[in-house]
Amino acid sequence: MLTVAGLTLSRGERLLFRDLSLSLASGEAVALTGANGAGKTSLLRALAGFIRPDAGSIAFAAVEPTEARRRHLHWLGHLDGLKGGRRARDELAFQSRWLGADPEGIAAAVDVLALEPLLDLEVRQLSAGQRRRLAFARLIATPRPIWLLDEPFAPLDARWRAVLGLLMQAHIDKGGAILAAVHDPLPVASRAVDIGGGR
Amino acid sequence: MKALLILWRRELALAWSGGGGPLLACGFFLCLTVLVPLAAGGDPAGLRPVAGGVAWLALALASTLSLERLFERDLEDGALDLIALGPVPLELVVIAKANAQWLAVGVPLAVIAPIAAITLGLPPGQAPLIAFSALIGALGFALTGALGAALALGSKRGGLLIAVVVLPLFIPPVVFGAGALERAAGGLSPLPALALLSAWVLFAALVAPFAGAAAIRNAQG
Repeated sequence: MLTVAGLTLSRGERLLFRDLSLSLASGEAVALTGANGAGKTSLLRALAGFIRPDAGSIAFAAVEPTEARRRHLHWLGHLDGLKGGRRARDELAFQSRWLGADPEGIAAAVDVLALEPLLDLEVRQLSAGQRRRLAFARLIATPRPIWLLDEPFAPLDARWRAVLGLLMQAHIDKGGAILAAVHDPLPVASRAVDIGGGR
Repeated sequence: MKALLILWRRELALAWSGGGGPLLACGFFLCLTVLVPLAAGGDPAGLRPVAGGVAWLALALASTLSLERLFERDLEDGALDLIALGPVPLELVVIAKANAQWLAVGVPLAVIAPIAAITLGLPPGQAPLIAFSALIGALGFALTGALGAALALGSKRGGLLIAVVVLPLFIPPVVFGAGALERAAGGLSPLPALALLSAWVLFAALVAPFAGAAAIRNAQG
């Protein structure tokens, strides 16, 4: 689904990594590991098209990169894109519908992530874990095959880590693919790619 | 098209719900147009020849107030990343945001512009022309303002930078808009000045989406 070949990435004057290659197949979850500053987030942002790499190629199976990013890719980074002053319901509706969700998909995401009691609250009233669940809902509401996740479990308690793990497994079982930058083990990962120790 | 409508409605909601929206811009505009006659000594006859120019200058300044909100908050909270992965090219996103800015700020300013201009000494008979020209000009302000807001993305003092980038771009519409009022006051047709104003808005509509989208991509990287 995704092939990276000979990727070199730097931020300003700092070289993050050189000549990195990896692939992500359908039905596979890969844990992206490495020390702080190694460039995990930058790699994910480059795959999402936010950063232009210095060298190398990023290819998506059977579709050109711009189209893949508009239709086939989910990105969930440290910043969740939620507006603190808006109701959770409005933000979920915007984020999901913008990415192409229908009302049934949104309702299913609300149900599986138990968001209903939170929907009439302002986003700023939610805890970090609740915000993460709200942000994650757009991935459930809008079917897209490739998930790029940056520390997906970070603010979650054990119960919701387990639930998100099950949702990730369900996504993989349906033929999706996940590349997740993690420090903790990713239970659904079939393998890990270590991008180094940072500089 | 459906996705654009979703974004556009969200932008309108954000403009009305957050600070720096239409009420602030209109309040600033009215304050300026009240302050100028007071500062000029309260002589309406002396102010009348420059009233059109002052009204347009106030309109331009008021239009810059909420520009920082357009992209900066979306960059800060990650919403711009989400928007970039939507089905719509960033060029159309810039147009949608500028259009929402025009509706949320420009149109209310155009509605109250006749009141402010008459306060400055323009004849009440010019009210329709003032509102119409302000409506066109405000669309241009929104488009070039969106470009300025995109160029200033990620800078530490974005609001100030936007003003520095945008105000020179506002010179043509201020000149053409004030010119239309001046011609009408002199008994001439305002159409040539309005045509130039419209041409400038068209130019902004062609340039701002592409340059703005490029600036956004640069800021995300």
